[in-house]
Amino acid sequence: MRRLWRSVLFLGRDSRLRAWLKPWTDSLNTFSKGHQSLSVVLGMAVVTTVLPFIILFPPFAGFATQGDWVQGFASAGIFVLLALGLNVVVGLAGLLDLGYAAFFAIGAYSYAYGASPFAGTHFPFWPLLLVGAMVAALFGILLGAPTLRLRGDYLAIVTLGFGEIVPVVFRNADTYTNGTNGISGMYRPALPVTGTFLGLNPVPYYITVAVLVALAMVFLYRIQDSRLGRAWMAVREDELAAASMGINTVTTKLLAFAIGASTAGLAGVFYASKVTIISPDSFGFTVSFTILAMVVLGGMGNVWGVAAGAFVVYEIQSELLKQMNGFVEHLNLPPINLGVTTIDLAKVDFLQYQFLLYGLALVGMMLLRPEGLFPNRRRRAELHDVDDAEAANQELVEA
Amino acid sequence: MDVGTLTQQLVNALTLGAIYALIALGYTMVYGIIELINFAHGDVFMVGSFVSLWLLADFFGLRGPINNPAELVGVLVVAFVFSMVVMGLVGVVIERFAYRPLRNAPRLAPLITAIGVSFILQNIIQIWRGPAQLNSPQLINVQAGFRVGSAEVHWISVFVIAIAVGLIIGLHLFISRTRMGRAMRSTALDREAAQLMGVDINTTIAVTFFIGSALAGAAGVVQGLYYGYTFFTIGFQGGLKAFTAAVLGGIGNTTGAALGGFTIGFIEVFASQAGYANWSEAIVFSILILVLVFRPTGLLGQPTAERG
Amino acid sequence: MSDSPVTPVLRTVGLTKQFGGLIAVRDVDFEVPEGSISSLIGPNGAGKTTLFNVIAGLFDPTSGYIEFMGRRVVARPERSWLEPVLWMTGPAVLGASAYGAAVAGLSALVVEFLLFAALIVLIGVLILASVRPTWYVDGLVRLGVFKSARPNDMVAAGIGRTFQNIRLFANMTATENVLVGMHDQLRQNPLDAVLQTRRQKREESEARREAARWLRYVSLRGHDDDLARNLPYGDQRRLEIARALASKPKLLLLDEPTAGMNPSETEAMMQLFARIKSELGLTILLIEHDMRVVMGISDRVTVLDHGEKIAEGAPAEVRADTRVIEAYLGKGAI
Repeated sequence: MRRLWRSVLFLGRDSRLRAWLKPWTDSLNTFSKGHQSLSVVLGMAVVTTVLPFIILFPPFAGFATQGDWVQGFASAGIFVLLALGLNVVVGLAGLLDLGYAAFFAIGAYSYAYGASPFAGTHFPFWPLLLVGAMVAALFGILLGAPTLRLRGDYLAIVTLGFGEIVPVVFRNADTYTNGTNGISGMYRPALPVTGTFLGLNPVPYYITVAVLVALAMVFLYRIQDSRLGRAWMAVREDELAAASMGINTVTTKLLAFAIGASTAGLAGVFYASKVTIISPDSFGFTVSFTILAMVVLGGMGNVWGVAAGAFVVYEIQSELLKQMNGFVEHLNLPPINLGVTTIDLAKVDFLQYQFLLYGLALVGMMLLRPEGLFPNRRRRAELHDVDDAEAANQELVEA
Repeated sequence: MDVGTLTQQLVNALTLGAIYALIALGYTMVYGIIELINFAHGDVFMVGSFVSLWLLADFFGLRGPINNPAELVGVLVVAFVFSMVVMGLVGVVIERFAYRPLRNAPRLAPLITAIGVSFILQNIIQIWRGPAQLNSPQLINVQAGFRVGSAEVHWISVFVIAIAVGLIIGLHLFISRTRMGRAMRSTALDREAAQLMGVDINTTIAVTFFIGSALAGAAGVVQGLYYGYTFFTIGFQGGLKAFTAAVLGGIGNTTGAALGGFTIGFIEVFASQAGYANWSEAIVFSILILVLVFRPTGLLGQPTAERG
Repeated sequence: MSDSPVTPVLRTVGLTKQFGGLIAVRDVDFEVPEGSISSLIGPNGAGKTTLFNVIAGLFDPTSGYIEFMGRRVVARPERSWLEPVLWMTGPAVLGASAYGAAVAGLSALVVEFLLFAALIVLIGVLILASVRPTWYVDGLVRLGVFKSARPNDMVAAGIGRTFQNIRLFANMTATENVLVGMHDQLRQNPLDAVLQTRRQKREESEARREAARWLRYVSLRGHDDDLARNLPYGDQRRLEIARALASKPKLLLLDEPTAGMNPSETEAMMQLFARIKSELGLTILLIEHDMRVVMGISDRVTVLDHGEKIAEGAPAEVRADTRVIEAYLGKGAI
C-alpha cells in the first residue's frame, strides 16, 4: 500500500520515466546552471502563463471558475513570497522562526499607514513595497539582535512570543491601529498603462505577484551562491566551526533575519493592497505555522521546492478543501454501502472537515517524505542540533 | 493594593499557575526525552477538558455542585482517573503514529506532524461538540470558601493547587525513584547508550508521552471544575502559555516547568489586576524574552544541557 | 629553559582557565616563536585543547592574558557591564524625553517623533553591537571596557585552526568549505551578490580558482565537488587544513592533526607541515600525541600536565626531562 502511494505520488522517481526523460532534464540542468537568473525568469513566465489555462481542464474545472482560480493564485503568490523569505531563515541559516507572520503583519500595516483613508495618506504602492520591506527588516533586526545568541529551541519560543506580541499590540493600540476592526479601504496599486487595479479583476495582481516572486527567487539564488549564502550554510552546519573560520555569526544570522523579514514585509504590503482590509487576526500563529509547513514540505533550502511547496499547501488548504463539496458533487459518486451504514460522499459537508483533512495531509506528507517534496539534492537540509555550549562542552570533555 | 486583594490575587495566581504547570510538565518531559516541541500537547489538554465534560455532564448527568462529601470525592476520583487514562492513551497513540516513524528524520519533520495532529484534534472536537463554548459542571461549589483576614479563599483554589502540587510531587518521585523513571532519565541523557544498557527506548518514550498527556488530562478536568467552561480552541492559548512556562523554567527540567507555570500565573494575574488584561500575553512574552536574553537557558536550566 | 631567539607570534601570560571547580589550565606562560613549529603535548586531560580554545577566542580566561603579534587580544573581560549601559543610554534618554513631552502636553507629533528616534537609535546600537567594527571596539577600550576577541576576530587577526574531532561543514562541498575559509578575504557585500556586479563576478571566479589551488596544495585532487561528509577520513583532515590555510593565517593551530592515521599517512602529513612552514612561512602550533611527529618536526615542545606547564624546550631536552617521563609513565617509572 505504502509503496503504491509512493509510486502514485512521486512519478518523478520512477526509474524508467527518469531514463526516458534524462536527455531532456540533463540539458535543462546544464542550461539552468549556466543561466540561473534567466532560467528562473523563464520558468516563472511559463508557470504564470500556463496555470490559468490548466485549470480549465478537469478535474480542476469542477472546483471554481477561472476568475476565482486566478484570484486564488494571486493569493497563493503571497504565501510563495512568505515561504521564500522564511526559507532564508530556516532553510539556509538554520534558525527556527515560529513568529514569521509578525513581519507579514508589519508590512501590511506599513502599507495601511502609507495609503489608506484611516491614516489620511496616499503614497503610491510601488515605493511603499520597498518601505514595507525595510520597516519589516528593521523589526527583524530589533528582534534578532538581542536573541540570536540563543540556541535553537529557545530562539523558536522567543520568535513565537514575538509573533504573539505583534498582533496583541495591533489589537490593543486602538488609537493607532483601529483595534480589532482593523484598517480598511486601502488604496489599490496603479500603473501608468493599466490604471488603478480593480478588486474584481485578479489578473494585474496575479501578474504583479508573479513578478515579485520571480525577482525574489533570482535574488535569493544569487545570494545563496555568494559569500553571505555560504556563511549562512556554514552557520547552519556548525556554528562554532563557522565562527572559527572568521564568520561573524551574529551579523550573519542577523542578515538572515533581516532579509527574511523584508521578504515578509514585501508580501505584507502586497497583501494589504490586494485585500484592502487588514485586522490583527489575519496574522496569528496559524499563519506562521502554515508558512513553516510550506517550507518544510517543499524541501528546506531549495528555492524552487519551497515555492512549489507553498503553492501546493496553499491550494490544498485554501482552495481545494474549501471547494471539496462542489467537487465531490461534480464527481457524481454513487453512495458507498458499508452494510451497517451508507456513506454518500455528495452529502458530506467537507467544509466542516477542512482542518481535519489539512492536518491529515500535513501528517501524511511528512510520514511519506520527511525531507520534503522537493529536497535539495546536495544538502538534505537539517537543523543541526549541536549548539555552541554543548559543542564547547564536548571539546572540553575531550581535552 | 491592600493586603486582602494581594492575598486574593496571590491565591488566584497560584491556581492559574498550577494549571499552567500541569500542562508545562508534558512539554518539558517530551522535550527532555526526544527534543521535540510537541505542539499538539495544548490540544491534548483541550481534549482532556472535553472528555471530563462528557463523563460528568453526559454520562453522570451532573449539572452543578455536589454537596455530599463522599459522593464528591468518589466522582472526582473517577473523573481524574478516567480523563488521565484516556488522555494518556491518546498521547501514546499520537506518539506511535505521528512521531515514532519520524524519530530519525530531519528535526523539523515531527514539528510539522505535531502541528498537523493539533489541527486534527481541534477539528475532531469541533465536529463532535460544535464550535460554541460549553459549560461544564463545577462539582465543587466555586462560591464556598473561608476567610483569611479580609481575603476570601475559595475551596476550589485550594483543591486545584493541592492536585497540581500532589501530581508534581508524584511525578518527581516517579522519575527519581522508580526503574522506569531511571530509564527515562538515561534515555534523555543519551538515547543510544541507554539502549545499549538494555533500556527499551520505545516503551520508555511511550510511557513519557502517557504521563505527560495524563497530566494534561488532569489539567483538562481542572479547567472544567475551575472555570466551568471549555471550547475547542482553549488548547492553543493554554498550550502556548504552558510552553512558555516550560521554557521560562528551563526546558527539560520538571521542577523548572512547575516554577515557570507559577511565574506565568503571577505575571498574568497581576497584569490583569493592574488593568492590562488585554496586554497580558504581550507582557508574558516580553518577560520571557528578557529572561532568555539575560539567562539564555531559562531560570533553572543547566548551561550545559544534560546531554553529551 | 631556553630563551626564544626570535620574537614570539603568540605569548600567553599567567593564563588560567577554570570551569566550576576544575582548573583546566593553571598559570601557563608560553611563547610561540615566529616561523617555528611548536608542539603542545601532555597526557589526556592535561588541558591542551582548553588552552587551544582560549587562544582561538572560544572561552575567556579566568585570569591572565594572550598577546598575538604584540597586541593583547584575549583576557578576562573588564567593565563589560558598561557596554549595555552605553547602548541603552541613547534610546532611554529619547524615550524619557518623549514621556516628558507627553506629560508637558507638547503636540503628539513631537512625542511620536521622539519615540521613533528612540527606536531608530536602538536599532542602530544593536547593529553596532553585533557587527563590532574596529573603531567601536577601540572606542570601548578607551573607556576601559575590554572584551576578548571572538573566534572570528581571531581569524581576522591571523589565527587559523583545525579541530580535534573534525568539524567540517558536512553538507557543503570541499570547494565550498574552502570558500568559507576565505570568508574574511572576500570583499563582496550582499548587494553585489544581488546585482551580480562585475566586482562580484570577478571575485567569485578568482576565489573559486584559489580554492582549487588550496585543495591541490593539500593533495585533494578531484574531490572539489564532493560533499565534505563523503570524503574519506584522511581527506577530511586535509580539507580542514586547506580550509584553515585559506583564511591566510599567520599562526596555524592544529589539534591532533594525525590522530587515527596510519604511519604512511602520518608521514605525508608531516611533510605537509614542513612545506607549510617553509613555503608559506607560517608559524604552526600543534597538539599531538604521536611522539614520532612531535620529535620529528617540532622546533620547540611544551609539556602540560594537570593544566600546568611542566617542561619546555627543544625536543631532545624535553625527552630527557624527568618530570615529563613521570607525567607520562607515572612516578614509579624512574
